[in-house]
Amino acid sequence: MNTPASREHWLDEPKNVRLLWRSFIIILVLTVLAEFFVHLHPAFAIEGWPGFHAAYGFLACALMIVVAKGLGLLIKRPDTFYAKDDADE
Amino acid sequence: MNSSFILHPSMVLFAAAFLLPLLRGSARSVLVLLAPVVAMILLWLLPEGRLWNVAWLDYQLAPLVVDKLSRLFATIFILMVFAGGLFALRQQSRLEIPAALLYAGSAVGVVLAGDLVTVFVFWEIMAIGSTLVIWSANTRQSWSASLRYAMIHLAGGVILFAGVTGHLLATGDASFTPMQPDSFAHWLILIGFLINAGAPPLSAWLPDAYPEASWSGTVFLSAFTTKTAVYVMLRGFPGTELLIWVGLFMVFYGIVYALLENDMRRILAYSIVNQVGFMVVGIGIGTELSLNGTAAHAFTHIIYKALLLMSAGAVLSATGRRKCSELGGLFHSMPITTICGTIGALAISSFPLTSGFISKSMISQAAADGHLQLVWMLLAAASAGVFLHAGIKFPWFVFFQKDSGLRPPEAPASMRWAMILFAFLCIALGVWPEPLYALLPYPVDYVPYTGAHVVTQLQLLLFSGLAFFVMLGYLKRTPTITLDFDWLWRVALATATRQATAYWKFIGAKVSCVVVAKSVVIESAINRHQQPDGPLVRASPTRSMAMWVMVMLLAYLILYFFIK
Repeated sequence: MNTPASREHWLDEPKNVRLLWRSFIIILVLTVLAEFFVHLHPAFAIEGWPGFHAAYGFLACALMIVVAKGLGLLIKRPDTFYAKDDADE
Repeated sequence: MNSSFILHPSMVLFAAAFLLPLLRGSARSVLVLLAPVVAMILLWLLPEGRLWNVAWLDYQLAPLVVDKLSRLFATIFILMVFAGGLFALRQQSRLEIPAALLYAGSAVGVVLAGDLVTVFVFWEIMAIGSTLVIWSANTRQSWSASLRYAMIHLAGGVILFAGVTGHLLATGDASFTPMQPDSFAHWLILIGFLINAGAPPLSAWLPDAYPEASWSGTVFLSAFTTKTAVYVMLRGFPGTELLIWVGLFMVFYGIVYALLENDMRRILAYSIVNQVGFMVVGIGIGTELSLNGTAAHAFTHIIYKALLLMSAGAVLSATGRRKCSELGGLFHSMPITTICGTIGALAISSFPLTSGFISKSMISQAAADGHLQLVWMLLAAASAGVFLHAGIKFPWFVFFQKDSGLRPPEAPASMRWAMILFAFLCIALGVWPEPLYALLPYPVDYVPYTGAHVVTQLQLLLFSGLAFFVMLGYLKRTPTITLDFDWLWRVALATATRQATAYWKFIGAKVSCVVVAKSVVIESAINRHQQPDGPLVRASPTRSMAMWVMVMLLAYLILYFFIK
C-alpha cells in the first residue's frame, strides 16, 4: 500500500476533478428542475417559492460560515492555549 | 411476585465488567462480544410492565420497568456495546472496556428505571464509568480532562439529587412520570438532566472531555450520557416549550464551533451537541410525531455518530494525528475507513436513503404541523449546517483535501468489521425504516419518502455543499482552538482562585505579623504577672488586703450615694 504507485488514484487527476465539478453542477440544476415534477405540499407560503430550499440552503450556510468566521476573530486562540496551562500545573 | 425469575440486562454488563480484568486473549474477546448478546436476549425476553418492586423507606421503587420507549433505548445502548466492543478489541488499555461496560450497563439501568431514585443511582454510576473511560487513555491531557468532566457531572448529580429529594418530599411518590417545570424541585431535576445533555451554559464539558479519550474510548462516550439525558427528558418533560429554544441554541452552537474547530474528534464532539439539540427541540414540541422523531433520531444518531468516531479513531490509531491541518489524502491507503466514514457523514446529514433522513425529518415535520414557522425555518437552516460542519467538513479535511503524504495502513479487521456493521445499519435503516418505526413509542403515521421530501432535502443539502466549496477559503484549517464556556472554569475561575489564594496568604501574613507582635506583648505581660514576685503570684500582706477592702467599701459608698 505504501508504494508511490498508490499516489496515482483517479481522484488525483485534475481532469477527473473537473469532471466531478461539472457533474455536481448538473445535479444541482436537476434538483431545482425536479421541483416542477413532484407535488410539493408547502406547509408555509415561503416554501412554495421556486427553488426556495436551494437558495435557503446556500444562504443559510454562507451566513453560518460568516458568523463563525467573525466569532473566530474574537475568540480563536492557538491550540497551545490550554496546553501551556496544563504544563504549569 | 415472580420478579425473582427475571434478570436485569444491566446485571449482565456489570458482571462482564468485573469478570473481564481476570481474562486474557481470546476468552476476553469472546466475553466482550458475548455479554451484549446475552443482555440483548434478556432485554427482549422481558415482558412489558413494572417487573421489580422494592420498598425503600416510605417509597415504592421500581428498578425494572419495560415499555416501548425504554426497550428502544436499551436496545440501541446494548447494540452500541457490541459494536463498540468489537471496535475496541485491540485496545491495549485493560481498564477501558470494563469501564465502558460499567458505563453502558448503568445507562441501560437508567432507561429501564421506573422511579427517580433508581434513575439517580444509575446516573451516578454512569458518571463514574465514563470518567474511567476518559481516564484509561492514560495521557496527561486525559487525566486533567477527566477531572474537569467528573467535576461537572458530580455537580449535575448533586443538583439532580436535590431535585429528586424535593420531589419526594412534595409528592411522597418516587415513580418517574411526566413533570412540568413548575416547582423549584422540578427545575432542579430538569437542570440536572440538561447538564448531561450538553445544554448551555455547561455544554463545554463535552467537546473538552470526549476527544481526550483513546481512539476507541470516544466511540463509547458518544453514545450513552447525552442520549440517556434525551431519554429522561423525553419521559420526564415532554412538551416543555423552553426546550425548543434550548435545543435551537445547541443546534447552532454546535455548528458554529464545529466550523471553527481543527481537531477532527472535537468537530464530531461539537456535532453531538448539535444533534442532541435537534432531539431537545423535538421534546420541546411535544407532539406524538415529534416525540417519535426524537426517539428515532436518538437511535439513528447513536449509530452514525459512533461510525464517524470509529473512522476518526481508526485514523488516529493509524497516524497518531488528530488535527485536520495535519491530515488529508487518506483515501489513498484507507479506502474502507474512508467509505464508512463518508456513509456516516451522509447519514448525519440526513441524505435520502440514509438513517438520518427517516428520523430527523419527523422532527421538522412536527414543527411544520404545529405551524411553528420560525422553528421550522431554523431547523431547515440547521440541517443545511449539519451537512456543512459534519457531512462535508469532516470527511473532506480528514480523507480528501490536499494530500498530506500520509499512507497509513487500512484499519485492522476488528475495527473494519465494526465500521462495516454500522455503515450497513445506516443504509439499511434509511432504505427500510419500518422495523425502527415499529419500535417507536407511538403509532407511526408518517411517510418519509415522498417526492417533495426527497427533492427539497436534496436541494437544501446539495446547495449547502456548493456553499462549502465556494467558501472553502474561509474554512481553511489553522492550528487553533476556539474559546468556549470552559474558559470560565479553566481560566477565569482558576485565576480567580489563584488570586484569592494569593490575597488570602497576603492577608494571613499581615495578620500573623500583628498576632506575633501582640502575642509577644501578651506573653511578657503574663510572664510579668506570673513571676514569683509578680502581682498575681506574690503573697499579699494583710495591710494591702485591708487597704483594698477599704477601697471597695469606699466605692460602694460612692455608688450608693449616686444611685440613691
